[in-house]
Amino acid sequence: MNIKEYIKPSHIDEAYELCSKGAVAIGGGAFLHLGKQVIGQAIDLSGLGLDYINESDSHVEIGAMTTLRDIETSSIMKQNFKGVLPKTAASIMGIQVRNVATIGGAIYGKYGFSDIITTLLALDAQVELYLGGCMGLDHYLNSSIDKDIILKILIKKNISSAVFACEKKTHTDFSILNMAAALVEGQLRLCVGARPGRAKLSKGAMYFLKPIGSAAAAGETLSILVAEELQFGSDIRGSAEYRRELCKAMVKKCVMEVLQ
Amino acid sequence: MQGHGKKMCNGGATVRIYLTINNRKRDIETMPGAVLYDVLKDCGISSVKKSCGTANCGVCTVLLDGKPIPSCSYLAAKADGRQVTTIEGVQEEADKIGNMMNQEGATQCGFCTPGFLLTVIAMKNELNHPTEDEIKNYLVGNLCRCSGYQGQLRAVQKYMEVSK
Ligand code: FES
Ligand code: FES
Repeated sequence: MNIKEYIKPSHIDEAYELCSKGAVAIGGGAFLHLGKQVIGQAIDLSGLGLDYINESDSHVEIGAMTTLRDIETSSIMKQNFKGVLPKTAASIMGIQVRNVATIGGAIYGKYGFSDIITTLLALDAQVELYLGGCMGLDHYLNSSIDKDIILKILIKKNISSAVFACEKKTHTDFSILNMAAALVEGQLRLCVGARPGRAKLSKGAMYFLKPIGSAAAAGETLSILVAEELQFGSDIRGSAEYRRELCKAMVKKCVMEVLQ
Repeated sequence: MQGHGKKMCNGGATVRIYLTINNRKRDIETMPGAVLYDVLKDCGISSVKKSCGTANCGVCTVLLDGKPIPSCSYLAAKADGRQVTTIEGVQEEADKIGNMMNQEGATQCGFCTPGFLLTVIAMKNELNHPTEDEIKNYLVGNLCRCSGYQGQLRAVQKYMEVSK
């Protein structure tokens, strides 16, 4: 890793100014080796007070520099959204990485392997950017915004049920496939990640408002629908065909769990 | 000069950081992209080992303000102003667990042991009476290619019992 200059601003304005001119914001830095190997200016965001988890009557807010381990152990996170975010965080690599990796870093990196992005998409999370303001995570991930700074992640308390599942070869490896499902104001949101491309919401599942029959029947129907709708690819962890079959089995399980 | 709010580079070539390593304050000049592992080696700390170099195996674990982190994947500049602990800084505790590991046949080549011991010490400080599952979850990021983990688990359970 070659970094030419390392700057730790104490004001967000200063950090933004540097980023808008091409400096690279560093979250926890645990996955720096996966990105650019030469960085002109690296901006350390850890002096900006962005590590917090707060809740109000309507929302939970997570500062962008909050570590995955803080999410895993937070009582606010355990009490909200059926504890799905701590469960997701706990499934990510070892405690060493979770002590370092930040939620903002995972989102900014737009990593295909990310487990936490999958769950946040299912929960209909919003991101707040310094300049761009608030927008849906889905919108941010599909945008080309890369010179703004993520300040926080907001999740509305309108979720009645949520589950996360992933399949890995070993606990510390990236997922072969991950999945999250949530009932947001009664609407099912189902997201599949590590396909190995970036996590994607199933549009079909979103229109599946009132499942006919039992949760098992709903799972059965959706497993075929989602596996047909989404694209899967091959890499060192599994083939596209394997992922598609795995997806069917995981959808069944997740849908049954989230609807019960 | 502390890093907070300051440009830490010196002419764009090196960066000056202040670390407390095993209770000893250090004033260090290093490269902006240097990872903590390299800086510790330069400071003469020989216990920290490196294997994967990609935050996967836990061999390079050190404690940063008491929390286990992968020193191979942590920028040294980010650690500015903080406390770093390696096995050299917790010898008495390390001896205790080390002896139990020997009794349980939990060590072979020993390459993973320094990182493993530091994670166990962090766990003892963080968790009260952890269950077997909690122990396994806490230690899952410390891979060992020799032992098969059963001996390690027995030794850690013994250590947690006598330490509480
Ligand atoms: S050498 Fe750092 S985690 Fe493997
Ligand atoms: S004892 Fe050899 S790697 Fe653990």
